[in-house]
Amino acid sequence: MSEDTATVGDAVTADAPERRINMIEAINEALDIMLTRDPDVIIMGEDVGYFGGVFRATAGLQAKHGKNRVFDTPISECGIIGAAVGMGAYGLRPVPEIQFADYIYPGLDQLISEAARLRYRSAGDYIAPMTVRSPFGGGIFGGQTHSQSPEALFTHVAGLKTVIPATPYDAKGLLIAAIEDNDPVIFFEPKRIYNGPFTGFYDKPVEPWKKHPDSVVPEGYYRIPLGKARHVREGEALTVLAYGTMVHVAQAVCEAKGVDADILDLRTLVPLDIKAIEASVEKTGRVLIVHEATRTSGFGAELSALVTERCFYHLEAPVERVTGFDTPYPHSLEWAYFPGPVRIGEAIDKLLSE
Amino acid sequence: MAEPAKPADTNRPALALHVPEPTYRPGDPVDFAHIEVPAAGLQPRPDESALPADMKDLAYTLVRVLGDDNQAHGPWNPRLSPDTLRTMLGHMAMVRAFDERMFRGQRQGKTSFYMKCTGEEATSVASSMALASDDMVFPSYRQQGILIARGYPLLEMINQIYSNRADKLKGRQLPIMYSSREHSFFSISGNLATQCPQAVGWAMASAIKGDSRIAATWVGEGSTAEGDFHAACTFAAVYNAPVILNVVNNQWAISSFSGFAGGERTTFAARGLGYGIAALRVDGNDALACYAAAEWAANRARGNHGPTLIEYFTYRAEGHSTSDDPSGYRSAQEREEWPLGDPVMRLKNHLIAIGEWDEDRQTAMDVECAELVKATTKEAEKNGILGHGLHHPFHTMFEDVYEELPWHLEEQAEQAIRERITKFGSERPFG
Repeated sequence: MSEDTATVGDAVTADAPERRINMIEAINEALDIMLTRDPDVIIMGEDVGYFGGVFRATAGLQAKHGKNRVFDTPISECGIIGAAVGMGAYGLRPVPEIQFADYIYPGLDQLISEAARLRYRSAGDYIAPMTVRSPFGGGIFGGQTHSQSPEALFTHVAGLKTVIPATPYDAKGLLIAAIEDNDPVIFFEPKRIYNGPFTGFYDKPVEPWKKHPDSVVPEGYYRIPLGKARHVREGEALTVLAYGTMVHVAQAVCEAKGVDADILDLRTLVPLDIKAIEASVEKTGRVLIVHEATRTSGFGAELSALVTERCFYHLEAPVERVTGFDTPYPHSLEWAYFPGPVRIGEAIDKLLSE
Repeated sequence: MAEPAKPADTNRPALALHVPEPTYRPGDPVDFAHIEVPAAGLQPRPDESALPADMKDLAYTLVRVLGDDNQAHGPWNPRLSPDTLRTMLGHMAMVRAFDERMFRGQRQGKTSFYMKCTGEEATSVASSMALASDDMVFPSYRQQGILIARGYPLLEMINQIYSNRADKLKGRQLPIMYSSREHSFFSISGNLATQCPQAVGWAMASAIKGDSRIAATWVGEGSTAEGDFHAACTFAAVYNAPVILNVVNNQWAISSFSGFAGGERTTFAARGLGYGIAALRVDGNDALACYAAAEWAANRARGNHGPTLIEYFTYRAEGHSTSDDPSGYRSAQEREEWPLGDPVMRLKNHLIAIGEWDEDRQTAMDVECAELVKATTKEAEKNGILGHGLHHPFHTMFEDVYEELPWHLEEQAEQAIRERITKFGSERPFG
């Protein structure tokens, strides 16, 4: 487990034998624990019940917790999110799954105009304590409808929190914290790293999670507070701001190039750990922002603006953004689109040459 | 674009687009003879556990109780006591008096916006009276009658409309977008039909927990075109949710007539049949029919027999809101020619016909309602009117976005207060 991982809970890791699981198993475990701990938690979504979800995230949960707690829904994201708002008003703590982030758009009005604003518009009379889980990101030959990274649409909405884990350990602790949170949380799961920390070198085999230190996941309950970044690696040469799959890609490129990078896995985009970002940038003076989503108005633009506004006099070079291109996610040219090692390496060279 | 080429080798006819047009526009004489109004008391009342397919006809007719003779007829007569009928009439009269005063208040500049429900009072007052007080309602924006029937204080309603410093919603919501958890009244959105799947979700939650409370939602006929309405119907049917889906067909959605929601082709009640949901089409200006339909649907839901879709066929007697002038898009004669009359007058005439009411008491009640609203308005004005400085403190603008204030909102709150002090020298310009 990485340093700086503030955790709260009864999980004991020091003396327990190392238990290594992948990200899907970690998510499944978080859901199982919350269904057990809190009778108000329910899970619903397309194919999540008997079948256990197309990515197996809810496997076994209906059999264990019953059809009243874990059930399939009609193919209607508007209905899923809308019903979750009503369930939250009743007092439940729904954890709807949207099968792919690309499918979430029919539910946007219910998220943006309803869930996100309910506490505000009712002055606390009603809240929407839901966690919307959804696999996002590309690199699985999913074409333009199974690959998107729409996180910036949600970070733009006042009232929503956006959380993206990058490791099995974080996925479990962040998901538990998200479910316990009384605000609506968008929990995007980077599906490319469900089974292993993909490094962007797509022509090489992906190592399974069990070789990664953050696949050591305690069995019991623990939570990782929302709004705290994870220090992946300490360094002096430049700051890397990334989340999800791109944490591993950026880390691999820095290692391959022998760059002494200070890498932050943001984990939560809203609320953002601005203090961790400022501290890192003040130390290195050079900032590389990496995300897979399209470039224009992407979350990288927000990060770049914040760094420039708050750390300008510490900067030694212009902020660099490495992102997906402003096109739909292509199918055959997936790896030409993906912000992989070449694009990241070029940006690092530019940053360090200034 | 270029005109499409005529196919040389076929005789396929040119296609024609149908753009619905209401029958009457401003200045047109109105004749509603084409609206079929069956006599009161004719419609059968099925058992509350009936299969939707076995009661299809009730989606295409009008359930009516109050006849032209002002008597209650047939199996749908809810047989309410005279006291209950007087209470119902009192609530409806109060809604009307409240609407009159608030509309005028907007014209006097005391607030930005108001919406009356004139002519539709029965669809909220009578139907909500058939529910238990802890059944959860998910209203649209024209159901002030529910709050009044549930005893929500008029003062709180006016404070909300004025967005003043006593407004429980802290001046955040457009006037009339009330919320009261205490009265099992969900926060009104303003985005249309979003409340429909929410009501279904609430009802599902109640069923998950083995509760006995049911949910009801109200939506305009125009908004049934939204996907949310159809998602709600699907979910309600799939999970057999204990919910009542009320469609208030008041014929007009701002300036668009019901034809733009498909009303030329079928009834709105019939929407339910396609989903396998029990459907009732009701004379929405007949308070007894509204009550009876809601009572039937509530019994059905409470008995685990599933959801009901009720179309209340009524007429929006006034504009959509203070922001439109209906004389610009429809014939003024429609209101007077409306074949189902006025809901307040019909209930009043019924009470008189059964010897439980008279014109003097009606006049006295109307005066009493008007006086009470007037006095409450004055009381509310002590807390301020919109734009006159007596609002909630600035910092409240940033609260409740999240449960806890994140750093970026703290920074923005400081900025807002700094701007205020720069402009006025203090946070509160009027002391």
